[in-house]
This record gives sequence, C-alpha cells and structure tokens, in this order.
Amino acid sequence: MGNVPTTVKHCLSYEQLIEDYPWLRRWLQEDKEIVPTGVKIQLIDMLSGTGLSVIEVTSFVSSKWVPQMADHTDVLRGIQKASNVQYPVLTPNLQGFQDAVAAGATEVAVFGSASETFSKKNINCSVDESMLRFEEVINAAKKRQIPVRGYVSCALGCPHEGHIEPSKVAEVAKRLYEMGCYEISLGDTIGIGTPGSMLKMLQRVMKDVPINALAVHCHDTYGQALPNILTALQMGVSVVDSAVAGLGGCPYAQGSSGNVSTEDVLYMLHGMGIETGVNIAKVIEAGSFICSALSRKTNSKVAQARSTACCDESL
Amino acid sequence: MGNVPTTVKHCLSYEQLIEDYPWLRRWLQEDKTITGHAYPEFVKIVEVGPRDGLQNEKEIVPTGVKIQLIDMLSGTGLSVIEVTSFVSSKWVPQMADHTDVLRGIQKASNVQYPVLTPNLQGFQDAVAAGATEVAVFGSASETFSKKNINCSVDESMLRFEEVINAAKKRQIPVRGYVSCALGCPHEGHIEPSKVAEVAKRLYEMGCYEISLGDTIGIGTPGSMLKMLQRVMKDVPINALAVHCHDTYGQALPNILTALQMGVSVVDSAVAGLGGCPYAQGSSGNVSTEDVLYMLHGMGIETGVNIAKVIEAGSFICSALSRKTNSKVAQARSTACCDESL
Repeated sequence: MGNVPTTVKHCLSYEQLIEDYPWLRRWLQEDKEIVPTGVKIQLIDMLSGTGLSVIEVTSFVSSKWVPQMADHTDVLRGIQKASNVQYPVLTPNLQGFQDAVAAGATEVAVFGSASETFSKKNINCSVDESMLRFEEVINAAKKRQIPVRGYVSCALGCPHEGHIEPSKVAEVAKRLYEMGCYEISLGDTIGIGTPGSMLKMLQRVMKDVPINALAVHCHDTYGQALPNILTALQMGVSVVDSAVAGLGGCPYAQGSSGNVSTEDVLYMLHGMGIETGVNIAKVIEAGSFICSALSRKTNSKVAQARSTACCDESL
Repeated sequence: MGNVPTTVKHCLSYEQLIEDYPWLRRWLQEDKTITGHAYPEFVKIVEVGPRDGLQNEKEIVPTGVKIQLIDMLSGTGLSVIEVTSFVSSKWVPQMADHTDVLRGIQKASNVQYPVLTPNLQGFQDAVAAGATEVAVFGSASETFSKKNINCSVDESMLRFEEVINAAKKRQIPVRGYVSCALGCPHEGHIEPSKVAEVAKRLYEMGCYEISLGDTIGIGTPGSMLKMLQRVMKDVPINALAVHCHDTYGQALPNILTALQMGVSVVDSAVAGLGGCPYAQGSSGNVSTEDVLYMLHGMGIETGVNIAKVIEAGSFICSALSRKTNSKVAQARSTACCDESL
C-alpha cells in the first residue's frame, strides 16, 4: 500500500490488520472466549495430577498483545504446584521476567525464530534484536538459578518466507543454547514439515546442539505431527511438546488444527513401549474438562475414539 | 550355531537376533548416528475411497456421484482405484449399484479398478459387469469373521479359494485383505502369528498382494513392527500392503513404520472417507491427501497429483454435505501462507 502509515493502513483494511498480526485471526475468530482464570487454574491443577513433569502455564507478555494471557500473575499464583512438576512461563523480555519472578516463577522460556520475517511480524523485532532481549532474560535468570528453555519457531517452514534453511535453525538454536538455555524446543509452527524435512533439520541442528538438549514442538495442521515426532525419536530426541486435547488452532490456516494432542502422542509412545510416566486416562479427563469449558470438540483422535468406542481395548 | 533352533538362538544370542533382522538395530537404538532411513523410492497408493470409504458413510450416495468421483480420481495419477463391492445389497445397501458403477465409469488405460467379490456368485456378477481385477476380504479374527461375513475364517478361505481358482482361469488378478491385523473390536489383541497364517494362506492360494488392515485403528508403530516382522517371514515384503485406519490418529506413523520395513503399497481413501463403525463419529480410513503429503515431503514418488486428489475430495464432501477428514485438504482451503505442495 505504498507510503500509507501503519495505523491508517489498519483502519482502511481489516485484511491488512490480519496480515500484519496473523495471531489476531485466532483471537478474533477462532477463540471467541477469553477463558476465565478459574477454569485455567482448574485445568492446570488437573494436569498436575496426570504424571506430567512439565506444564507451561502462562505468558508474561503485555496484555495489549495477548489478552488471553492477561491474568498471568493470578494463574501462576492460583495453581496448586505439585512438587514433582515444573511450571515454566514465557518471558519475552526482562520486564516480563521480573514480573514472572515476582509472581513466583521458577522456570521461564524465551521464544526465538528461525525466520527474520516471522520474528518481525510476531514480536516486532529482528532475530538479532530478539537475541539481545533474551540474553538479558537469561543473564537475569542465571543470577537467580532459574532455568531457561529456548524455543525456535518456524523450524520446518515459515508462513511468510516458506522454506527455512536447516542451517538457520541451527544458528538460532546454537545461540540460545550457548547463551544458557538448558533445552531448545524446535517448533514446526505451521505444521508443514514431514519426516523428510524433520530429518534434515535435526541432522543439521544436532551438529551444533547436543541431542539431549533438543525437543520437538510439532503442529498437526497437515496431519504430520506424529510421523514427525516418530522421526525425531528415531534420531534420539526424547522430549516432545504437545497440548491436551490439541488445544490451539493454527492462526495461519483458520479452522485447522495446531498443536498435536498430548493424548495422541501418549497413545503412540505407550504403544511403542516407551515410558512417559503420564496417565493417559487422566489427560483425557483434563481434555474433556477444558473442551467442555470452551464448548468445543477435542482435537484428539484418541479422546474422541475413547468416548464413542464400542469395542474392548485397553490403553 | 549348528543345529540350535532359531527361537533358541535368538534367546541365547542378541547378536544372532541383530544378524537375522538387521533393521532391528535401529529400533533398539544401537546405531545412534542415523543419517537416514532406507525408504522405498516409489510407493503405490491403492485408493479405496469409492468402496471402503463410501461403504462406511452414513448416506447412500447416488450412482452418478460415485461415477463422477471415480472418473475424477482416474485423472489424478492413481494406478489403482477400488470401485465397488459385489456383495448382496441385503448386507451392504451402499454398494447395491455395483454393476451400474462398474459399467458407468470411464476406465483409464493405466488404472486398475478392482472390486470386492466375497464369493463365487459375486465374482461371476463382477466378471459379467466387466471386472478385470477382484479382491477377497479375510480376517485374522475368528469372531470378526463370524460377525462380519457370517462364517469362520476356515469357511471363508474355502469361499475365497473358489473365487481365486475361477479368477485364475480367466487370468484375473486377485488381491487379498486381512482385517483386524493389529486388533479386533471383539477379541482385542490379535497374535501376529494368526495374521501371518491368514496372509500366507491367501498368498499361497494365489493372491498377488495381501493388504494388512488395522480395522479399528488401534495399532501403533510398536504393534505394526511386531506384526510385519512376523508376516514377512511367510509372505514376501513386495507382496504386502498396509491399510491403516486413523481412528486413534496413528495411521501416518504406522504407515511410516511399514515403509521403513520395506512395504511399498499403501491403501488410503480420498478425504478420509468412511468413518469407523466401531467408534461412532471417529475417523476410519486415512486420507489419501495426508498420505501423499507425507510421502512427497520425504521425496518418495507416487505418480499422483495431490492437488487433483484434493479436488476430488472436495467434490465428494460437497456431495455428502460433510467436512473432509483430510488435514491437508482442510489446511489448503484456509491457509494464508505461501507453501507449495
């Protein structure tokens, strides 16, 4: 639109607004409700009883950008913290980190990107600039012996740039690791990866970051999450991110799924004889609770099948 | 190790186990420096949407719509499209128009159009209607066999033998299916040895290919591995196919596992047509679109144009007034990002 200033562009064009802030699509259309704090706390408390050892609870980001997380302090203070569970929170900058610590956070996470364009559109700064912010957070966290997890988004593709070179993913992952993140979660943000691209990306990243410090965060937008996770496991990755009931759609493909369902991941792992320490039936229960609260169907195929199956099977 | 029987050898020697099954090394994570897997260069997709898919849809689809769907699929590059079933309309009303469908489609020269023929009568009707390939549907579960086709596994084999012998006389190839390969809705766990026994019988009777079906979708890479290990001892790998259901979301990792073991024929259904009759509202067949997306992303050739399959899926979903079960089709219809398929 040429030289039209940003604010005017947004008034003129809803499409421009959505293009500039893709996550808005979700908040405006997909998740019409902001989940009450009490419901969030109840969900987290249910998850705390399933055997999960890490539950990411909230984000200390400005409520102007992410209104869904405006109650971050109340949530973190309100949950019943189980002794064998970590409750990391996102802290995009030093201010967020300080607020998180004041609210009782004992683990934090920072969210980088392998794509320059995604970084600019999502957090309004370049990858390099974001690394400087994260370095401040990580240094402050080190002083308090608070572990920091790093995320690299767009690890298998970017909604704006398309293909992302594995070497770029490795570069960002390495920086986060060397700055002090104990674990790097590699995210297929738009779910377009396949076992082919997962293999190539991990091969390259593993040259710079030890395999036991890597995790995968696969989205199921194209139905590829489980085969991608299987590929990662076969390469030695042993940390997998997932969301109960597959909560969270894809802001880049409205109506499509986003996060892979914890239930479906557990079903696969347990079927392969891999231990997780997690009780799948309790996760299904927690999923059922939140879906009911959100008045929506679960994205988990396992949960759906279990609720209607008329055959004898054991989980 | 001399005359020591194989099972004892395996118990005594882990090294012997690895020597006999080299791919096990990967699964046991001995080789931590994996740089890739041996995948087939080409995978044949057997499209079962018009038969297995529509047979398990709630609505009975008009004959004209079925024919249009099959004709669209014939233009996608698929080399095998299972079109209908010559079974009594008393049992499967959705397939009552089998003769009209088989006669009505425009047969592409490079495509096979197998039809199910549960018995000699069905075979004869199929041949009269112009069938040039047929399929028979056995089961690894006694209970499923009795409830589904009203006879024991042994009795069904006798019926299939009649069909296969009649087909041989006419040089008509026969494909064999083994249902409940990874579990049964009634019996639960099914021993891999039972799957192998049924698969071997069908193969030795004359079926050129045996499709192993996870009928209720409860399998995982763990059970797929064990089942295929056992069946591969009795049936050559290049005569095996997998027919995975996605009821528990496990179809693609199960297919990936099968590919890693050397299987190169995969059954799937456009738009994931056909729910699971044992878990109402749940998905059944894996979507052809989602399978293609995975295979192409891995550099595996299929000869199939995914965009055209999505188009055919869109057509039939519109005709059925239902949403696609394919995540790829769904994402493509709403995506606002630049991606290429």
